[in-house]
Order: sequence, then structure tokens, then C-alpha cells
Amino acid sequence: MAEKTLPPVDVVVVGSGWAGSIMAKELCEAGLSVVMLERGKRRSTARDGAYPSSLDELEGAVRYKLFQNPAQTTVTVRNRSDQEAVPYRRLAAFLPGAGVGGAGLHWTGVHFRAPPQDLRLRSHIIERYGRKFIPEGMNLQDYGVTYTELEPFFDKAEKVFGTSGEAYTVNGKATGKGNVFAPDRSDDFPLPPLRDVYTAHLFRHAATEAGYHPYAMPAANASQPYTNPYGAQMGPCNFCGYCSDYACYMYAKASPNVNIMPALRRHENFTLRSNAHVLKVLLDSTGKKATGVVYQDAEGNHMTQPAGLVILAAFQFHNVHLMLLSGIGKAYDPASNTGTVGRNFTYQNITNSTVWMPPTRSTDQFIGSAGGVAIDDFNSDNFDHGPLGFIGGSPLWVNQAGVKPIAGAKAATPGAPRWGSAWKKAAIDTYRHSFTINAQGSNMAYRDVYLDLDPTWRTSYGQPMLRMTFDWKDNDIRMNRYVISQLANVVKALGAQDAHYGMREPGKPFDVRDYQTTHLCGGAVMGDDPKTSALNRYLQSWDVPNVFVVGANAFPQGMGYNPTGLVAALAYWSAHHIRTQWLKGNGGPLVAL
Amino acid sequence: MPDMPNRPYPAAPQTEQPPHPHAAAASPAQTPPAQQSAEPPEPAATLYPPTRRHIVQGLGTGAAALALGAVAAPSAAQAAADHAPPGTAPSKHPTATQPNAPRFFNPAEFALLSAACERIFPADAQGPGAIALGVPHFIDGQMDTPWGRGELWYMQGPHRTDAPANLGYQLPYSPQQIYKVGLAGVMAWVQQTHQAAFETLAPEVQDSILTALEQNATQFDTLPAATFFEQLRSDTIEGAFADPLHGGNRQMAGWLMMGFPGARGDYMDWVDRYDTPYPYGPVSIAGESAEHG
Repeated sequence: MAEKTLPPVDVVVVGSGWAGSIMAKELCEAGLSVVMLERGKRRSTARDGAYPSSLDELEGAVRYKLFQNPAQTTVTVRNRSDQEAVPYRRLAAFLPGAGVGGAGLHWTGVHFRAPPQDLRLRSHIIERYGRKFIPEGMNLQDYGVTYTELEPFFDKAEKVFGTSGEAYTVNGKATGKGNVFAPDRSDDFPLPPLRDVYTAHLFRHAATEAGYHPYAMPAANASQPYTNPYGAQMGPCNFCGYCSDYACYMYAKASPNVNIMPALRRHENFTLRSNAHVLKVLLDSTGKKATGVVYQDAEGNHMTQPAGLVILAAFQFHNVHLMLLSGIGKAYDPASNTGTVGRNFTYQNITNSTVWMPPTRSTDQFIGSAGGVAIDDFNSDNFDHGPLGFIGGSPLWVNQAGVKPIAGAKAATPGAPRWGSAWKKAAIDTYRHSFTINAQGSNMAYRDVYLDLDPTWRTSYGQPMLRMTFDWKDNDIRMNRYVISQLANVVKALGAQDAHYGMREPGKPFDVRDYQTTHLCGGAVMGDDPKTSALNRYLQSWDVPNVFVVGANAFPQGMGYNPTGLVAALAYWSAHHIRTQWLKGNGGPLVAL
Repeated sequence: MPDMPNRPYPAAPQTEQPPHPHAAAASPAQTPPAQQSAEPPEPAATLYPPTRRHIVQGLGTGAAALALGAVAAPSAAQAAADHAPPGTAPSKHPTATQPNAPRFFNPAEFALLSAACERIFPADAQGPGAIALGVPHFIDGQMDTPWGRGELWYMQGPHRTDAPANLGYQLPYSPQQIYKVGLAGVMAWVQQTHQAAFETLAPEVQDSILTALEQNATQFDTLPAATFFEQLRSDTIEGAFADPLHGGNRQMAGWLMMGFPGARGDYMDWVDRYDTPYPYGPVSIAGESAEHG
């Protein structure tokens, strides 16, 4: 193993997913020399999404071709502080990506803006319900940035992603379509919504009959051929059903690889290094200034990359891990509720319900896209929480991104046989005649749910693993159960033959064995108060002002929507302020301490 | 991350999908827009190493040596561990050159594996069972992959095997070792309880044994019977429904049963033909096609 110091650059970007690609593009446009470090390998749609070889459920969704390999680096998990955490040895509950494009290559493409009230949730809840409504032990916080401030950046991200959807209002003018709960927009979606597949069509009509307000889900799957502002081209989604877990062979699903990299590679001041696993951010003797990063290359060499500006844009928990390993900010202490790095770690509170249509109805679940039909009647604060006594909410939707047969056959129906002829018949009937309704809910932040370094297990790089302490809490369990109870009205209107309502069970702890979602959030959150946030409202470290940390790690709590749309908008917001303010200043904090 | 085995797929022939009105817009041949050419070249070293199938065909008995090596040295980490479970010693494969002979499992293991898979996924009115689908061969083939060797799982100790179940798998066994230990354990257990080999017992008796495994009635070394059963069940399902290039789902009969069109990957013309069952049979990655009977 050799050690080598490379020539200095202006900017080092850690991670090549959406956050890193957006930051790199913006900073290259500003004329800075940018080195992007990706711990995984080179990936491209041309190879990793080639037709037909990429349409392989075993390799894509079962062997996790595009995902992080736990043998290299993983986390430890426990439910409570008084337990010993143990390694997450097999991927299951959440699936972080690895390789160029990150999780942006294998995501589904559901592309939401954040609800305005979610961005200032603490203030909003106090205004509407009073301070006492916030339960003891919940670290409810504001983002420190408003929807109005972020709107231009949501808009920019949608245009880069080629997002398909239907607006409710544009500049205050109703379109007659869309989500009645959606905030106002400065422009329409760049593309019209994707067509409803049959099951989404059923849900739309049943939800309407039940008195709810269905809308076409915004999806970064191109409903028509599209060229984005960077000149990158997308093909039209053909509903092949290989969205989540796969690279899209149609070039219809937005990915950093398709939508940004082709333009980024044209910048002569841009360098991408794959198989470069960043070990830590280097700080000078004051501990207040980053001087670069050190990474391990494919041959095991430790390479020092000096840089004037460090952008951490790895996956949510890798960003937090790097901050803890590097000593950026004060590690969170749950006993005293002080320190910020590791604080407000959250997940997403998702449960799935299955609806069986009569055997005469074929649901053709293999047809799919990132589109679908949703209702927001029980999301965010779109309903009166006063009598309910919990905070948060959940959209309900049919987001049929293509169900393949291994996943279909493995899907468990509680209480039903799990093998043999009876199971086989039920599995086939279920695949042919059922569909899934997801409740993807918010997850609040709690004082005793956090990230820190594990004392026992180490990654293959010899560093302490990140430790997750996570469990479901009463507020979130009650939210989920309330929302699911409202689903009965829709199921009745569907004329369904049978339904299984998936909901959180009180007392049942977080289980890493079941896939839930990769929408992990928080741990290094943004905000207005350096005592409760690791980052200021521009995603700049309060403690080391030439480090910006971009990703879902910045969310103070988990929202009901998918995080990518907000991650992308926050990246453009942060980059804008680096370009217009930070680069023109003395390299210090953008928000005075 | 280690490379998944890359396979040099034959060029897919035109499938027999009937023409449809949006074919021009949806044709894969037209798909990659202009920027595809802007993708950087991939490192040549990762492109298409020879597949095991080719090695087997080309080297004959060399396959046995390959399998031996894979079992003898599953990973450096395991070799170093004190937890190396019993039953991982390689076995002779005198018939490995025969096309249908298993390459990882010995004949006794393969007979038990096959019979157990068949009860999990039996031939019945729905369609063929696990054996006809090639599921046991699929599992055999999966043993000699990065996954089978445990290279896709974090395998470093210490192993807290008494951790709460909801915190996930904590055993020191790779998939290869789960099978070696589990199959040897079931063989000995059934011999003890029934004085016979599993595969010779009546189906109802086999089912009662599998139920006991599922309910974790015993343990093989430190491998809980239920862990072995769940691995077997999961892999059986995968073998029945994975693309045929992996050795199972023969003639795409698993897909025909489920009503899954395989690698067609284009439903542009079928998105909003609501409640009309999709009529076309499956195609595979290699370009085979099948029609509903």
C-alpha cells in the first residue's frame, strides 16, 4: 500500500449520485476544477442497462448488482441504546447504491416537491396545534429554508430530470388537474403525466368514489422523448416495469448517468475517479478548515486529494459516517440531547396493503413505471391532527413499477401457506389478480434514535462501522394505523374480493430482514440553530465552513414523500449560494454564528 | 463490489411479439439516444470473462477442480475464522462431466435437495414442479457465484448468533456452507428419525419433515433448521422464476404459470387496455419464446 498526495484542486465532491452530480455540474459551470470520487465502479446505461441482459430479476433485484456490497462496508443496527448493535450482513431493509450514479441509477423515479409545511414543521405544528402537541422526546425541527425560497430549484431539478406530472396551479392559476394539496408552481411539469396502468386507473376511480382527491404521481420517467437543459436526451417510457433496482434501458428514467454525466464530462475542469473510497476529510490544525480528503483506490493505495472546498454528497448515512470519522462537528449524545452529528436520524414509515380483485380481473402487475395514482388527503398536515394526537401523515398510492415473478412469489400473505401446492396456487392467483397500495409515511425524529460509531465492528477499510439505533415510536405507529384505516373506503369502492391491510403493529420492533425502503434521512440536518443542526440553511457545516454536506442527511425528519426531489432541489439551492455568495467571500460561514 | 458473473449473451433474435402500433417509438433498437456514444469506455478487464458454462464445456473434468477450489477456499476471511463450520470439505464429483450432473453437491446431497425442492414447489395442476423446472440445478449453479461463496454478505466476526431475530442474519455461514451443513444435518436427522433417506419417503412424510424444519424443530451444528429451510424456500422460488439462463425456469414454464412475459420489456401498446389480460407468452434474455398452451 502506497501513500501519495495528488495535485490540489478547487473542489472535491464525494459521491457521484444525484447530489454529487448536481454539485459537480454547478461548480464546473462556475469555472472551478472539480474531482469527483466514487467508491463504486464505473457504470453506464449502455452497459448496466443494456437490453435484454439487464432485464434479469435475479441479478438486478435479488443479487443486487447495482447496490452496495456489505462485505465492503455496512452498518450495525439495534433498536435501543441498551442493546448491542450487530452488523447488517445481508442487504434487505434498505439498499444503498454503489457505483457511478449511486442510488440515482437504480431508483424508481418518483419525483416530489416537499410540502411547504413540512419544511417548517415545528413552527407549523406549534402555530396550528400548540407547543404541547409535540410529544416528549420528539426532536421536531424546521429546515431553515422555505418552499418559496426552494421553488426555483424544485423547478430546475424537474427540468433536468425530465419529470412527468400534472400541475394543480401554475402561478396561482388552476389547471383543472393535479393534486389539490400541491403547492403553487412557477411553471408546469416539463412533460405530461404518464398514463395510468390498470391498477392505478382502478385506484383513481375508487379514491374518487370514496371522496378523496387522486392525482397522477410526478415521475422522473419521460412520458415523451425529451431533451433537458444540459442537452441530455431521454427516450419515452414504455412501461417495461424494470424501474426500481435497474438501470433503465430506455433512457426514460432520469439518472445522473443519463441526465447530467454526458454534460459534466464535457467540462475540461471535471475529473471522475471511480473505485475511490473516501476514508476521511482532512482538517488543518485548527480543525476549522478542511484541506482535502484521503481515499483508498482499487489497489489499496491511500491517496490524498487536497482541495479548497469539500462537498460530501455520498449516501445519507455515509455522509454522517464521514463527518464522525473526520471530526467535523460535535457527535450527538442522546443522554444530554446535545451535539449534532448523528442527531435526528429518521427513516420512512412504509407499509404495503394487498388488494385481490375477482379472478376474472387480470391486474398485469408486470406493466409498470414510476408513475401511478396517489391521494394526499392523509399526507403531511392536509387533515386535522387535533383530535388524532399524532404528527405526520402518509400518501396512499398505487405506484406499480413492475412486479417481477420472484418478488411476486415471495410476497407473503400473513397466515397463508408458504410452500407446497396450496401456496403455489395462491402465489399465482395473487400475482395475476392482486395489486399493492403503499402507505409511505413520515417518520419523526426522536431523541433516542440516532447514528454514531460502533465500538466493535469495522468495515473492510479498517474503520469503525456506523451504528444505527432505530425503532418505531408510538406517534408514527398511530399515524400509520390511522391512515391505513382510511383505506377501507377505497377498497370498498374497488369491488375487491379480498384485502390485506399492512400496518405497523405496536410493540413490533424495526426489522432489518424485510425490505421497506432506502429512504433513510437525517443524521446531519440543516437548520437555523447550530445547537440542533449540523448544517446551516445552505447545507454548510457550522463547524468547518469549507465543507458542504448534501443529501437526505439534511432532512430534520422524514416526510411522506420520496426524498430525491427535495435532495435535488437542496443541491441546486446550496450550489447557488456557493456560487453567488461563498466563492465571493472569504471562505467563511454563510450564516453568522 | 466484486463483479457479478458477466455472461456473453447471444445476440437476441427478434422476438415473436406481434407488431403493435407504437412499435416504432418503443423499439429497443431505437432506444439509446445520441448520448450513448458519449459514455466512456468500460475497463476491458470487467467485460465478459469466460463463463463457467463455457469452462465446463471446454475443459470437461476441469469443472470438478473449479468446484473444489471454490469450496476449499470460500474466502480468506472464512478460512481465518475459528467458526469454520463442519461439512465444508469438498466431495468427489465422479460424474461431473455428464451434462446433468451437479457440480457443487454430491449425489446424495443432490437427491435430498431435489426431493425437498419438489415438495416446496410441487408438480400439480398449476404446472411443473421444481425438478422439471431445473431448480436443483439452478441452486447447484448458484453455489459457484460470488453470492454462493458469501462474497455479497458481511462475513466478519464476531458473530452474535443470539442477537434478536429482527436484527437479521448473524451466522458465520455462506450460502455454500448453509447447504453443506443443512443437507448433512437433514440427512442424519431423517436417518435417525425415519431410518431412511428423505427422498425415499412418502410425500406426506417429506412434508412433515419440511414443516418441522420450517418450525425450527432442530439445529444442525449452530445452523437453525429454520434458517436452512428459509434459504431452500427462497432459492427454490428464485430457481422457478429467474431467467432460464441461470439454469432453472426451463422452457420458461415458471413464467407461463405465473403469467409473466419475461424480458419483453415493452408494454407501450398495452398500458391502457384495461382489464384485458396480456395475451403474449414470455421471451427470455437469450431470445427463446414460449406461448400459452
